[in-house]
Formats: sequence, C-alpha cells, structure tokens
Amino acid sequence: MATDATTVAPVAIPPAEIRRATAGLWSDALWRLRRDPTTIGALIVLITMVALALGADVLADNVFHWSFSKQDILSSYEKPSLSEPAMWLGSDQLGRSQIVRLLYGARVSLFIGTFGAATSMIIGIILGVTAGYFRGWWDDLVVWLVTTLNSIPTLFLLLIVGLLFRLAPLPLAIFLGALGWLGIANLARGQTISLREREYVLAARTIGATPLRVMARHIFPNILPLMIILAMTDVGGLILTESALSYLGFGIQPPVPSWGNMLTGATQFLSKGPWLVYAPGVMIWITVLCLYLVGDGLRDALDPRLRGVGGSARK
Amino acid sequence: MGRFILRRLVQAIPTLFGVLVLTFLLTRLSPADPVQLMLGGQYDITVEDRERLRESLGLNDPLPFQFVTWLWHVIQLDFGNSFYYHRPVIQMIGERIPNSLQISISALLITLAVGVPLGVIAALRRGGPVDHAIRIFSVSGHAIPTFWFGLIFVLVLGVQLRWFPIGSMNVVGSDCSLCWDRIWHLIGPVAVISIGGIANLPRILRTEVLEVISQDYVRTARSKGLKEKVVISGHVLRNALIPVVTLFGGLLTIFVGGSLVIEQVFNWPGLGRLTFEAAINKDYPVVQAGVVFSSLLLILSYILRDISYAIVDPRIKVR
Repeated sequence: MATDATTVAPVAIPPAEIRRATAGLWSDALWRLRRDPTTIGALIVLITMVALALGADVLADNVFHWSFSKQDILSSYEKPSLSEPAMWLGSDQLGRSQIVRLLYGARVSLFIGTFGAATSMIIGIILGVTAGYFRGWWDDLVVWLVTTLNSIPTLFLLLIVGLLFRLAPLPLAIFLGALGWLGIANLARGQTISLREREYVLAARTIGATPLRVMARHIFPNILPLMIILAMTDVGGLILTESALSYLGFGIQPPVPSWGNMLTGATQFLSKGPWLVYAPGVMIWITVLCLYLVGDGLRDALDPRLRGVGGSARK
Repeated sequence: MGRFILRRLVQAIPTLFGVLVLTFLLTRLSPADPVQLMLGGQYDITVEDRERLRESLGLNDPLPFQFVTWLWHVIQLDFGNSFYYHRPVIQMIGERIPNSLQISISALLITLAVGVPLGVIAALRRGGPVDHAIRIFSVSGHAIPTFWFGLIFVLVLGVQLRWFPIGSMNVVGSDCSLCWDRIWHLIGPVAVISIGGIANLPRILRTEVLEVISQDYVRTARSKGLKEKVVISGHVLRNALIPVVTLFGGLLTIFVGGSLVIEQVFNWPGLGRLTFEAAINKDYPVVQAGVVFSSLLLILSYILRDISYAIVDPRIKVR
C-alpha cells in the first residue's frame, strides 16, 4: 500500500520576508493553512454543506414548504423549474421534492462519515498503537485481523451484514467505522514501532513510566496530526461506501433519504427523469472532493515534510 | 524464488481461514431460519418434516461442529445447492468468475496504458499547466462515486446518445466470449471502473519519477549523451515503476470490490451481481460462496503482487 512508502520531499525554505518566528504546532499549521486558497475554498464549501444539513428542517419548513416525505403523485417527474422553491430541482417518481431530499441526504451522509470515521479512529489508534508498542502475540493477532479484513472486499462483506440487519443511520455508521479502521491501525502501528525506539521514550521508561502513560503521553501526541489527516480522507471514503451500499438497497432505508438511496431506482427512471440522476451524485462528488482537498491541505499545513504520505493518495 | 512463492502461499492460509470463519459466523448469526428459506413458499410441510430436514442438515449440532463440517465441504469446493435455483453453487460461481475477470483484467491494462504516461508527463512537466490538469483530474477522479459515474455513462452515452449498449454482455442472440460485440459491451464497465486506478497511478508514479530523476545514474546517463527518450524509458521509468507494483494490490481491491456495484449498473452477469442478487433472494449458500471467492481473488492477487514485486526488485526476497 502507498502508506508504507514514506517518501520525504525536501522542504523549500521560504524567503525571509514571509518567514516568521516558530510558534506551536497548531498555530504554525493555521498560519500555513491561511496561505492555501484551495484548502480554504474546500473548507468553506464543507462548512456550508454542514450548515445546510443542520438547517434542513428550518429550510424545508420556511423556504420550500415541503417535508422530505411529502408525496404528490400527480406531480411526479416534474422537471426542474423556478415556479416553486420545492421544484427547483424537480420531483422524483413519487412527486417528492428533490431539493429537500438532497438537504436531508446531506445530513445522513455527513453524519455517517463523521461518526464512522470517529469509530475507525478510536479502534484503529488503540489497536495500532498497542500492537506496535507491545509487539509479540498481540501484534501478530492485530496484523492477522487487519490482513484478513483487508482480504474481504468491503461491499461483499457489507452485503452479508445487510442481509442480517436493516440498520438505522447510527448503527450503520458505527458498523462501517468498525470495518474501516484497517488503514489507520496500519499507519499507527508503523509509526509506533519507529517512535518506541526514540530516546525520549526510553527516557520516559527509565524513570518508571507505565506503558499506558508512554503510549498516551509520548506516542499518541506524535501520531495525532497524521491520524487527523487520515480521518479526513476516511470521512470521504465512508461517504462513498455508504452511498454505494444505499444505492444497492442495503444501507440507509427509505423513506429516510440518502444520496445513495435516491439513486436506487435510477436505471428505471433514466429516460423519464434524467435530472434526478445528476444532483445526488454531484453532491457526493463535491463533498468527498472537498474532504480530500482539506485532508491534503491539512497534511501540508501540519507538517510540510509529510507531503505525499497518507492523505487521499493511499490505496 | 520457488521458496519465496511457497512461503507466500503458506502465509495466505491463516488469512483464508479467517475469511472462512468470518463468513460462516456472519451467515450463521442470521435471524432467518435456513430451513424456512430452503422451503420457501411450500406450506404443506409438517412440523416433523421440518425437524427431519433440520436434523439432516446438521443445524441442531453445536456451532463449532457445524463449522468443521462446512469447512470440510468448502475445502472440497462444495458449497451446497442454491436455495433459489436449486443448482450446485460452485457451478454458478464457475460460470460467473470468467465474466468478472474479463472486466478486472481489462481495467488493469487500461489503467496501466493511461496512468503510466500521465504520471511520467506530470513529472516531466512539473509545475506546468499539464501537471496541474493531471493533478486536478487525479483528485476529482479519486472522489467520484464509481456507481454514479456508471449511471451517468449509461444515461449520457447509452440512453441519450445511443453510442454504447446499456447493460448485459452481448446483443440478444449472440453469445461469444471475445468478439467485437463483447468488446463493445465491455467498454462501459471497464472505463468506469478504471477511473479510480487512473486517478491514483499518476500521483504515485509522479513522485517516484521525480525521485529517480535526481539520482546520480540518471545524470551519468545524460552526460553520456544518451537521448532523453532513452534515459526516461530505460533508466528512469524502469526504476520508478518498482514501487508502483505495490499499487496493484490496491487496484485489484478497487476492481474486485467495485465489480459488485459496477456489474449491477451495467447488468453484467459476473460474480458481484450473482452475490448481490443472491443477497436479495436471501440465497445464503450463494452469498457465502460469493464472499469466499471474491476474497480468494483478492488474496491471490496480493500474492501475485508480492511475487511480481520480488521479480522487479530482488532485494525484497532477503526480508
């Protein structure tokens, strides 16, 4: 996997006039981030998306006057028009407002992405760091688990699970996260293996620090920036997985709209309502793209030496 | 080399075992009753008959015992009969695997044919408009939902422009496995599934080329007066491609995993679609076999990746 290759690009030293005194890691990162228009742009798009998703109820009531489940079979396959706010993006096969459903879909996608990534982070960091720190049989077990789960194509595995349970958004998010920690664990383990040989770790151990303390105080803070970058791309990856799963009908169940399940019947309405196919996909695309861009930007901002490591370049 | 391959094959055994345990446990955890699923809509069956069937299937045995029995059959490639089609599962899988491989292998070739030149161009024109264009293409191709891209392909090029057929492998009536008609049907799914790889390969190759190009032996080659073309293809590319081999594992993950959703969009009767339809019909034996075989394909491609890595970079065998 690409994550193994730690190619470290030389850092260009900026000319004196734009250099400044070194502050802390985070304020340094913020300073670099401010000079990166792509990342800032992507961040603004994401914040807007989150705001729209959170405000879906208010917007549906006050602007569109149409709830996400309101059907009007007489006006099914209505073409996008400016006549009525709810019909800005047309209506679907049941006469539901496409734009309102997209807003609620944003809510589902972002929710699943964030909670799923949080779950992967927790599992991945705990397993990766402990495996790298203790080595031995525990390491073997974790590596075996990672290799095994890596050998089952995710969607196939999710099909079995979809067969067993019809999951609500929160359990689905946790479940996707519980399958998505492999990359994080791998990277955390690799970093820990190299960090545990450092002098400051040895120093901490000689003054009697417990393994838990060494991992929490000396190793974890050092891998945190890299983990945050990975988490950003993970949110994107999870949104993609959820949309594919929901498209297949095994993810988020109607009537709750998700960008994926809005495309479920797409092959049938390709000729009747092609506009219904564009919007959900474009929304997924833009969201994931912005997440990847922010991930890359954060990586460069937090540590310019990491250029090319982690981020969306993996797998 | 023989020993390396052997060792790699032996290493795959615990992984495969893990896959089998997981597949078995997940399907056996199911709240649905296999006897009920097998009998389907037949209602004129007495409780005693049901119990007899349950006993004969070994469903009353302890779970570990059931697993060993199942494992014993699976090793002999016996996955039982489909609940839905009442045919041996292995036969159904055997019919579908070549169709899926046709897509994955074509996609791999297309990815290499398009991705390698893009990566080299991006590195050679570093910082220029072409490099930026390739970078934008890479990032956006990486973020695009594959299944939606497939839907757009079908909608625009299939339904609206009628350039490409929408769905299935051949025109009705014709049934060839490699002819113009089949290639015509292949273009859609292969183009769509390759996009992930084509987006990924140039980024990684670009970094590698830039690294190799600053090496001393490249300067030597240039100062000998070799043509730039020879330097790039003979000295730079050969070395830059070594780490790219590791990418194959990731690519095949995309192709095998993505097949499920792409075969659905393009109505392509491959392994992914078989598994998906079986999941809808609650046809457990077929779903089990689908998961096991798709994982087997992945494990085999990881082994192939490691072997080709050892061939192009002999240092790897030492480890």
